Amino acid sequence: MEKIVLLGDEAVALAAVQAGLSAAYSYPGTPASEIMEYLLRLSEGGKNYRAEWSVNEKVAYEEALGVSFAGKRAMVSFKHVGLNVAADPFINSAITGANGGLVVVVADDPGMHSSQNEQDSRYYADFARIICLEPTNHQEAYDMTREAFDLSERFGIPVMVRLVTRLAHSRSSVEPREPRPQNEGRPYGNAQDWTLLPANARRRFKVLLDHQNSLQEYSEETNYNQLVLSSKGKKFGVVVSGIAYNYFKEVSAYLPLEPSYLKVSTYPFPVKKLHQLLPMVDEILVIEEGYPFIERFIRGVSDISGKTIRGKLDGSLPPSGELTPDLVAKALGLPERVGLKVTDIKLANRPPQLCSGCPHIDTYKALNEALREFPRGNVFSDIGCYTLGALPPFQAIKTCVCMGASISMAKGGADAGIYPSVAVIGDSTFAHSGITPLLDAVYSNTNMTVIILDNGTVAMTGTQPSFGTGEPLDRLLIGLGIDKNHLKVIVPLPRNHQENVKIIKEELDYEGISVIIARRECIQSLGEKKRSPK
Amino acid sequence: MKYDIILAGVGGQGILSIAFVLDNAALEEGLFFKQAEVHGMSQRGGAVQSHLRLSDKLIYSDLIPLGQAEMILSVEPLETLRYLEYLRPEGVIVSSSTPYTNIPDYPPLEEVCREIKKAPVHVLIESEKLAKEAGSAKAQNMVMLGAASIFLPLKEESLKKYIQILFERRGDQIIQTNLKALDLGRQAALASRRE
Ligand code: SF4
Repeated sequence: MEKIVLLGDEAVALAAVQAGLSAAYSYPGTPASEIMEYLLRLSEGGKNYRAEWSVNEKVAYEEALGVSFAGKRAMVSFKHVGLNVAADPFINSAITGANGGLVVVVADDPGMHSSQNEQDSRYYADFARIICLEPTNHQEAYDMTREAFDLSERFGIPVMVRLVTRLAHSRSSVEPREPRPQNEGRPYGNAQDWTLLPANARRRFKVLLDHQNSLQEYSEETNYNQLVLSSKGKKFGVVVSGIAYNYFKEVSAYLPLEPSYLKVSTYPFPVKKLHQLLPMVDEILVIEEGYPFIERFIRGVSDISGKTIRGKLDGSLPPSGELTPDLVAKALGLPERVGLKVTDIKLANRPPQLCSGCPHIDTYKALNEALREFPRGNVFSDIGCYTLGALPPFQAIKTCVCMGASISMAKGGADAGIYPSVAVIGDSTFAHSGITPLLDAVYSNTNMTVIILDNGTVAMTGTQPSFGTGEPLDRLLIGLGIDKNHLKVIVPLPRNHQENVKIIKEELDYEGISVIIARRECIQSLGEKKRSPK
Repeated sequence: MKYDIILAGVGGQGILSIAFVLDNAALEEGLFFKQAEVHGMSQRGGAVQSHLRLSDKLIYSDLIPLGQAEMILSVEPLETLRYLEYLRPEGVIVSSSTPYTNIPDYPPLEEVCREIKKAPVHVLIESEKLAKEAGSAKAQNMVMLGAASIFLPLKEESLKKYIQILFERRGDQIIQTNLKALDLGRQAALASRRE
């Protein structure tokens, strides 16, 4: 078939559709959002699969699991921290097993381009004892995603595809293959396997453990794990995985001799292949994007006495941040190369900023003024564009931890005596993980104020639809037990400033729980609607 | 042949549109390409860059090693300077001279341009002026692509084809504006090379 230009994320999406996908679910998060965006775009052409944003990653995962139970092929995709939210169904789905192919695509963000940590999802796959595929390039992202569905059905387990930012958000050409039809007529999952009562769960866990040998065999045999032995470059060898392989191949051309190397793209780790490499070399450099997962494995399980293992643990490569071809070149002992330098001026930084005209600007201005009389107060915040309220000129918020934490932490803060204790959370983040902690605070009638920034969209990741916006949000809040007299709606605009300050102050003064909705649409999503009249 | 380009600018200036045209033109001409971009925050106004690599051989790394880029192509002069370390010593800078001053400590423009001019091969383009002349200040990115096109290993025809495809849904007038921007940028770069 003809080659097409695709993002790594898009290659995964296309592969899933052509692997006979019946349904896919996701929650927006960089760098994974484009997987669902592309599935949605492809389905505009009348494709017969479902592709939906879900309210959060746990829900997305469970929806996909339901599809798998029904015998159809399902995919769920999110960023690395999304897997924390979905960890419960994820781990347990390795015990129930998959019926229809179930593929979990996780996009890690080494270097934290737009994340609060750089956790390595390979540990999760290992923890759940399932297969993890780690493509190195776009074609592999396509091919391996297609294979992931087959593997899932062959072994009856969910299969993880691990991406990293540099692959998810890089474009190259991909050659697709003939599509496969969706599953038809597969029976439902077996009730005894899928009902995790202790007796069933014990039996199922044993099945999973018994499977480990076949997973290991697969990993030893697949062409994606490649051992290349060099007759000349003895003594020194390389074990390299995922995107790091690209950096290694980019710079190894400059080495006098290409070393023997083991390229790892599927886990469980191919131990036998490592044992073929070990006798050939005295020293191994492990190059991997993320945590020293392979490096620790090699140090832990292999007979490496007398050999030097280098990598992130001994400082040959940095323990955090993203790899680059230059870092890999340095670790291989190649000379540093540099380009030009700015000599005479200081380069001012240009950090991301709230768009001019953004509703959050007016909310923060009003909130800051209302809080001026309360020096002991605190504003707990959450994840979204409004997290930029931490930076000057606002410096309005003091925390940002994970989705929904603003409300739970504000309750904890209030319990510890903080007054006023304020939570600031976006509408979509509220739907994702804010509803349950608010219910908790209502139940305890905590003295706190929750400000929901209702801009009608998931703005930061590219204006995807929000589940908790507008009038339905108001009704939801009443339903949760918020007193009508302390549920206020303000419109964050410069001309409403004085009135908004007054309303916020009144609610800060109120002893009990109040919710203020600051409602005005994100100007980016407004602009998009104007550009494409639908 | 290999040709590595650092694309730079400020969020909202259309860096990724330049990348779209180059990626597709490269595929059309049978070249290998890889293009790594940073996106995610949809707020406007932050620094944005992309590594774009073209070659007639298989390309491994999505990122360009330091000191390896043949070109820095930037829609904003201060942003040009941020990536100098990627440029090979004899590489070329194609930069806009129109500043985007959304930060308080933006250095004096003359000093910024003076730094750019230290590069042995540089082309400074008044992108805003030319874009307006083409019909829209938003077309600065295509002005800059036009200026870069005199160095690129890609045919002008392929660039034009994908500009048309990129703006297809926005109507004929926008297509014409952007094609004109491409041409004005190209002419300006040729003129500056003759000087
Ligand atoms: S994308 Fe929307 S919510 Fe985010 S900063 Fe811009 S206007 Fe504000």
